[in-house]
Amino acid sequence: MSLAELAAAVATRFPDVVVTREEATVVVDRAEVLDALAWLRDEPGVQLDALSSLTATHWPDRDPAFWVVYELRSTALTQRLRLKVGVPDADQHVPSVTPLFPTANWHERETFDLFGLVFDGHPDLTRIVLPADWPDHPLRKDAPLGGVPTWFHGAFMPPIDERGMA
Amino acid sequence: MSRSRQDLPVAPFDPAGDVTEDFRDPATGDFRQETMIINMGPQHPSTHGVLRLLLELDGETIIRCKPVIGYLHTGIEKNTEYRSWVQGVTFVTRADYVAPFFNELAYCMAVERLLGVEVPERARIIRVLVCELNRVTSHLVAIATGGLELGAVSMMLYGLREREIIMDLFESITGLRMNHAYIRPGGVVMDLPEEAPRKLRDLLDILPGRIDEYETLLNDNPIWRERNAGVAVLSAERCMELGVTGPPLRSAGVALDLRKDEPYCGYETYDFDVITRTEGDAYARYRVRIDEMRESLKIAEQAFARLADMPGPVMIEDPKVGWQSKLSVGPDGIGNDPAYLDHIMEESMEALIHHFKMVTQGVSVPNGEVYVPVEAPRGELGMYVVSDGRNRPYRVKIRDPSFVNLQAVPDLVEGGLIADIIPAISSIDPVMGGVDR
Repeated sequence: MSLAELAAAVATRFPDVVVTREEATVVVDRAEVLDALAWLRDEPGVQLDALSSLTATHWPDRDPAFWVVYELRSTALTQRLRLKVGVPDADQHVPSVTPLFPTANWHERETFDLFGLVFDGHPDLTRIVLPADWPDHPLRKDAPLGGVPTWFHGAFMPPIDERGMA
Repeated sequence: MSRSRQDLPVAPFDPAGDVTEDFRDPATGDFRQETMIINMGPQHPSTHGVLRLLLELDGETIIRCKPVIGYLHTGIEKNTEYRSWVQGVTFVTRADYVAPFFNELAYCMAVERLLGVEVPERARIIRVLVCELNRVTSHLVAIATGGLELGAVSMMLYGLREREIIMDLFESITGLRMNHAYIRPGGVVMDLPEEAPRKLRDLLDILPGRIDEYETLLNDNPIWRERNAGVAVLSAERCMELGVTGPPLRSAGVALDLRKDEPYCGYETYDFDVITRTEGDAYARYRVRIDEMRESLKIAEQAFARLADMPGPVMIEDPKVGWQSKLSVGPDGIGNDPAYLDHIMEESMEALIHHFKMVTQGVSVPNGEVYVPVEAPRGELGMYVVSDGRNRPYRVKIRDPSFVNLQAVPDLVEGGLIADIIPAISSIDPVMGGVDR
């Protein structure tokens, strides 16, 4: 099955599916995410039965400020599709998809740990790669890097986030 | 960026944490008195690195297991956001440090898809060649350390001995034994050195026989079978639910391999088989790895043959993307060639300006997001890369197979004996650099 055929099948439910750079993307509302993933997983001709990856991006100056990204894979049709959910800064909650895809458990814990997004209904939403008493969520763009000027070849180099890369 | 670490609220440190809370008996809400909760790791010689397992034991039987990770978290994903696109290679290569070429390959393919460029054919063949040899070294480490942990010390010595032959070739190709940063957006850093074909021929002649020796040593070894066969069984259905990929999935009878399903780098033109077995236990994973090494050598042999009649550049010729100097490994590392240095220093002011811009600013990559998966030795390695149009990544997410596969450890060990944890973990073969990133 080609990507165009998959996109056509997905478009019966999500008409605004976008295909760009040989990758298909669907954007859904936050309240719909469980329904959408269940439909994409179970619909014949779509069969996106595996969740490859789950992560987020942070855009502090935009609305929504966060995008949660689900990378789905169809093992039967050997195709992929990306599902994206916008999360506003004011309410950083997303429904957990762990009941649908048990593999999401650690992915959601990691996204919580590094971005601070709360996955409602997650069985064990605790920090996973950082210590339990870590103060912030470092993959947010406004998290301080904590760099100090470093003496290097006879001069102080500013920390990496203050070097003014174009 | 104005806040400092000191301004942030710090939660009071609780030495027990709340990790043991999960171990309360759901019936009474209290801890069981007849069982014991112990820590295995993070500093334990048999946990394959800094992996910590919290175990609740009833005698020798494991009732609950909770893996605790993060002891090797180095912030690779955050670091890439503050370096140029090319420097990103040197960070991602350190994630799964036993299979560095795959990290570089997935990252570079993602950047190339964002840029919309194709790499030269010779570079694609070299990528396949080094990746398949890297798959052999990675499986050798898996079998060697797995053997060591079960007392088969000879296997450890033999495995690391053969790995060293390949590492020696990697060193002469890339200048480094590990963390090569050899694959770059647009191709590979430099062509194979003069001695590479000879070394490659030698190792392709030596290794198949050596793999036969491992099989003679272990396949029917009563202790090896006793410790591995029927241990840490994971069904195909459970593998799919947990997102487990790579040898653990194929050992349960599912022939999923991204090189076949979603071919990249021209894998559809190479002749090789996807190895599967049906048992889904630690022994089947060992056998799958052994046979996959043979298939990898088969692919490497084909790639080697193709290199002979595929001349041409190994780096994209577009000067906006590719590094223009021919690089080579010298006594003090990788260096530019003298002709290029003459050109920028003596002949062309424009070339010097361009060189300066490539060094200080690097490449700007168009807006967008891509997810590129490759078949790494441990399963699906994906790179989700986002660009906001600038000269450094906006976000790089490494979907590392070790991280996902490690979620299966409670399924593998619960209800079994404590001694079976060792073959269970070594058959999953997690690399903590990739798990924690």
